Amino acid sequence: MELRKENKALKTILIIISFLFLGIFLILPLIYILVTAFRYGISEYINAVTDEYAIKAALLTLEATLFAVVINTLFGIAAAWLITKYAFKGKKLLSTFIDLPVTVSPIIAGLIYVLTFGRQSFLYPILDSYGIQIIFAVPGIVLATIFVTFPFISRELIPVLTAQGSDEEEAAALMGAGTFHIFKKVTFPHIKWALLYGVVLCTARAMGEFGAVSVLSGHLRGKTNTLPLYIELLYQGYDFTGAFAASSILVVLAIVVLILRLVIEKKGKKELDLNK
Amino acid sequence: MKKRKSVIPGFGISLGITITILSIVVLIPLCSLVVFSAKLSFSEFVYTVTRPRVLSGYFVSISTAFIASLINVVMGLILAFVLVRYDFKGKKFIDGIIELPFALPTAVAGISLTHLTTTNGWVGSILYKLFGVKIAYTRIGITIALIFIGIPFVVRSVQPVLEKIDIQYEEAAFILGANSRTTFFKVIFPEILPAIISGFTLAFARSIGEYGSVVFIAGNTPYETEIAPLLIMSELQEYDYSAATSIALVMLAIAVVILSVNAIVQSIVSRRVNGLA
Amino acid sequence: MKKVITLGLVLTLAASVVTGCGKTSSAKENEGSSSNGVIELTNVSYDPTRELYASYNELFAKHYEEEFGQKVEITQSHGGSGKQALEVANGLEADVVTLALEGDVQVVADAGLIDDGFTSEFDVDSSPYTSTIVFLVRSGNPKEIYDWDDLIRSDVGVITPNPKTSGGAMWNYLAAWYYFEQQGQSEEEILDSIKQLYANVVVLDSGARGATTSFVENKQGDVLIAWENEAFLSLQEYPGEYEIVVPSVSILCQPTVAVVDEVAKKHGTEDVAKEYLSYLYSDEAQEIEAQNYYRPSTKSIYDKYVSSDSSNTITEVPADGKWINDNISLTDINHFGGWAKARADHFADGANFDSIYEQ
Repeated sequence: MELRKENKALKTILIIISFLFLGIFLILPLIYILVTAFRYGISEYINAVTDEYAIKAALLTLEATLFAVVINTLFGIAAAWLITKYAFKGKKLLSTFIDLPVTVSPIIAGLIYVLTFGRQSFLYPILDSYGIQIIFAVPGIVLATIFVTFPFISRELIPVLTAQGSDEEEAAALMGAGTFHIFKKVTFPHIKWALLYGVVLCTARAMGEFGAVSVLSGHLRGKTNTLPLYIELLYQGYDFTGAFAASSILVVLAIVVLILRLVIEKKGKKELDLNK
Repeated sequence: MKKRKSVIPGFGISLGITITILSIVVLIPLCSLVVFSAKLSFSEFVYTVTRPRVLSGYFVSISTAFIASLINVVMGLILAFVLVRYDFKGKKFIDGIIELPFALPTAVAGISLTHLTTTNGWVGSILYKLFGVKIAYTRIGITIALIFIGIPFVVRSVQPVLEKIDIQYEEAAFILGANSRTTFFKVIFPEILPAIISGFTLAFARSIGEYGSVVFIAGNTPYETEIAPLLIMSELQEYDYSAATSIALVMLAIAVVILSVNAIVQSIVSRRVNGLA
Repeated sequence: MKKVITLGLVLTLAASVVTGCGKTSSAKENEGSSSNGVIELTNVSYDPTRELYASYNELFAKHYEEEFGQKVEITQSHGGSGKQALEVANGLEADVVTLALEGDVQVVADAGLIDDGFTSEFDVDSSPYTSTIVFLVRSGNPKEIYDWDDLIRSDVGVITPNPKTSGGAMWNYLAAWYYFEQQGQSEEEILDSIKQLYANVVVLDSGARGATTSFVENKQGDVLIAWENEAFLSLQEYPGEYEIVVPSVSILCQPTVAVVDEVAKKHGTEDVAKEYLSYLYSDEAQEIEAQNYYRPSTKSIYDKYVSSDSSNTITEVPADGKWINDNISLTDINHFGGWAKARADHFADGANFDSIYEQ
């Protein structure tokens, strides 16, 4: 009996702490964004979010996010497969390099691409002669977005693949199945949900990236301004309503992505229960 | 275990994809950092990265990131525990918004946190009137922004591990006469320690390099609230590439050290846990 | 063997992904500049000129179509002046730059992108409009701030951006320096005064716009050292909340414009770029500049906007539009030996500005 009582008090306290903490740190800023976005009424809000440049910026953000998700998925699957299915030298080093981008300052992430592809780089004349522009253009923004979300998918897959072991794949291989066949029939069903979860995280993070993209974009209005950069532009132009209205687009996108995640998790759990 | 050749095909292709993308996105660009800072002689490099103002920048970044990450460990632990163990109204909602700081652009977070915490803001005005505490444009403000940035790392590292711990263990411990505090510290804590450490290191490393949200709330006063990433930016404004890359290189080294320490701690802890089991 | 082949295959695939998106985007750009007769022009400028170029671009597009029968579409980029210069030097393809100071344009020239002698390419040192540095204080001037020496009083909170990251902030610093010099202070005394001034700085933002936001929106500090045009903009946006105080001395800020020759050559936009900048001197454009609170370089238009009121406190935007306060003694950058010397003396690593923060 006593246990129950003690736990109940503890439970209430812990839940209250959780709500307070999240309320102040996460919810309050959100409310602030929405209140400011609607400060001058709905019509101002609609004007701000349907502005030609706002739409262009949103499209560019989606484009960069799409590229980042596709390439990181390809990379995440390959890297997770490599790390969990084979023993080879340098594996630890490889994992460290994969994790590195999360901990690198976004400013440095932008800077390294400027150094690599900018005018002072030895690569520049080569790229220029083919008319390829990487930084201050869309490819640079895509690269920076890939960089900041780099390990998101592989980090989700590795624990699942480790837990699952390689027995099933080995059996399939001994029976003569090819790589893609094994992956499709044996591995993929196991990692499906983890992969989706990784994709969701990657999408969410890619949409909001600011620091690295800001170094690389050149801020060309309507061309290389992503939504976060566009928000900063409006903010600095004293258009606070516009800035927060544009932010609310990102907030809504983020919430959609997070709801998607919950749905995915639910489905995944159901399927697991069925398998059991 | 040594050098056993795996029977699973596909080593070449997965290695190929991994190395190619890793090289293009991470390795080659990082090399240019080394190349550019190598334009300085060693003594110049040392001088550049140890100027008092730069040292103070590292100190501000590291100390605020450390405090923020400690707070995040405590709060993250509570959040993860509440999410895993209790059922209550609004649980789904809490679980859903943990990743919000990932998705919200850091600039937007910085702007709204600044507006909230200035002496005229919703929160800042109350604290200022009651306690005379200023938040925005002080190190407290920086710490607040970094707590915002780092919280998902801790929660999402601890939560899955906590989910796996069998509740029967705890019940057994309890029946055997341990009170809930002992249960927590003797049974649960050792299990989740590796996850806590890895959540802490990730949040810590990410916070040291954070720029977007911090510049708005920091006030950027030299020796007081000037963070290391801002120093890189200001070296760039002065067209001093080698100085900027040198400071960047030091920060990169700090990130690598933090990650390596984490890797070492993880292997020690997991060995000990396995040894006990 | 098989492994090597797959590896190669993957390499080419990845390479084509990366270069593929590079090509599509540059192809899009080329399409824009050649087909359906629309010329694309990119103007990389600094922060406070957004409103000015938004109006000017419209005027210019109309003028160019009437005169040459071709449509022009101008893409703007705004940001801290130093950062913008650096990005152009790094390969941001700007046809023209319109930056806060000659020193920043020089950086682009040093990268080999602008031919020598850009300051004499257009009239009056290639500065079609100028500005100066004034104070913005809260309504009623509660702290009684009238001149630079009030800024070093211990009860005054100052907002100014960091001169190491903001072009405008360099002008602020130099104007303050000039004032204390005029007071007959020795160099040591001037440094001491400047040190006191920066000790009063509450928020040292990285750019002029950020500083204005800290002062106006977040209500920090008692006085904002600002570009004259920024100060008038705040007066216009927030009527009755602020006053402009014109100090006894200040500095003539000459924003510099230039055609980025290398890029214009590559894009085939040399003529339109040149026309874009020289049209800034036309009477119509000079009017627009004056309406955006930049001091026009054409004397007759300048005179049109000179205020009859010689008071040093401006509480509202003059109803007749005559806003220029002529009652101010202005120095210029030549007093400091030009930008190269000013930068080396004051803003380089370990120079004067760094020394005032040493403990």
